[in-house]
Amino acid sequence: MTRDFGVVWEHADRLVEGLLNTIILTLVGASLALLIGSLVAILLMSSSRPVRLISQGIVDLMRCIPFLMLAYLAYYGLPSLGLNLDNWTAGLFAIVVYNTAYMAEIMRSIWIGLGRESIEAATAFGFRGPRLYTRIIFPQIFLAASPMIGNQLIQIIKDTAFLTIIAVPELTHAASSIQSQYFVPFAAFIAAVLIYWALCMLVEAGVFVVERLAEVRR
Amino acid sequence: MTTAAFLSLLQGAGVTLVLSGAGIALGVPLGLLLGLIRWGRVPVLSPIVMVYVSLLRSTPAVTLCLLIFFAIPTMGIDIGPWTASVLTLGLNTAAFNCEIWRSGLNNFSPDQLEAARSFGMTPALRFRRIIFPQLWRACLPGLVNEMTLLIKSSPAIAVVGVVEITRAATRIGAQTYDPLPPMLVATGIYIVLIVVFVGLQRLTERLYGQAGAAA
Repeated sequence: MTRDFGVVWEHADRLVEGLLNTIILTLVGASLALLIGSLVAILLMSSSRPVRLISQGIVDLMRCIPFLMLAYLAYYGLPSLGLNLDNWTAGLFAIVVYNTAYMAEIMRSIWIGLGRESIEAATAFGFRGPRLYTRIIFPQIFLAASPMIGNQLIQIIKDTAFLTIIAVPELTHAASSIQSQYFVPFAAFIAAVLIYWALCMLVEAGVFVVERLAEVRR
Repeated sequence: MTTAAFLSLLQGAGVTLVLSGAGIALGVPLGLLLGLIRWGRVPVLSPIVMVYVSLLRSTPAVTLCLLIFFAIPTMGIDIGPWTASVLTLGLNTAAFNCEIWRSGLNNFSPDQLEAARSFGMTPALRFRRIIFPQLWRACLPGLVNEMTLLIKSSPAIAVVGVVEITRAATRIGAQTYDPLPPMLVATGIYIVLIVVFVGLQRLTERLYGQAGAAA
């Protein structure tokens, strides 16, 4: 058993490379999903009923689709429509599309609970259009939503493991390649599991810090 | 897409349902047991459960499935892809269910517990007659929500070769060189499955549940 872990340690560089890919996919995917999700949240909170119903319908539908299915659709399905993405881009595309719906829903749930006072006060001070969103509404939402965004970040970290199925070289893929070459299944996958654990605890610690900041600003 | 292809997708849906059902049947009672250990602050076991829950909640289902499928046979125990799948889904969901049960237990009325104790009820009787009948109603929305998440993570078991919906769809796509139609149908099947589950959740909540916030 110790020898097995030694083998994995010798190939730690592969795990680190996989981990970097997992982190990059998570961070880039989450940032894009947050950005697009904010725009979708504006649609979800629209004063026009048809816009609200249609966008809510699409968001609810997206939340019924398993992530792997979406990754498959991006990787195998999009070429049928003439759009060829390599496996890394297809994976990122799937992460963004999938999480946009969740991010939008998270922000909507906070937005509903936001008092009308700050928004009315801002309009009274002449804030309108994009400035109302970027200076008044979204800063409040982002701070209040940080625990939920943190949970979603952990979900994204775990979802990136699915991308090993379409051969994206992320952490699980790295562990899998070490195990299939040297047949050290326990050591290889336990190493990956422990790294995921550390990563998730890091996110939780980050959420804790942001929450403290939000507390100070209040 | 041919009828045969559609039928094999439906067969995949059957496999997904059977394995998810087995995972739920393993994970819900196991989660209750873990939740009780945490709630009762059982010495030695309680910290172990805490670590288990934290670890399992941050482990991707795919990685867990690979670990179980490849590592358990090296310990001399024969395990097939189906058993590995049920273990993966069950052990994973048990960690989340533990937290759902535990929050239900933490919110349980202390007055009722004291009253039951003063009537001289044994812990087992207290659990069977007082706690559990109210607890499962309070926890139902959370548990059903976790079940829909389990179905959504079930494609992970395709990685060890179980032909469930997702794998059936890619197989048909590989045979016909036209992957889009089977995948769209497979996506449709998932949507139907999850909509049915959410509908069941609303129904059971109306019939038995307390008015709780469904996720």
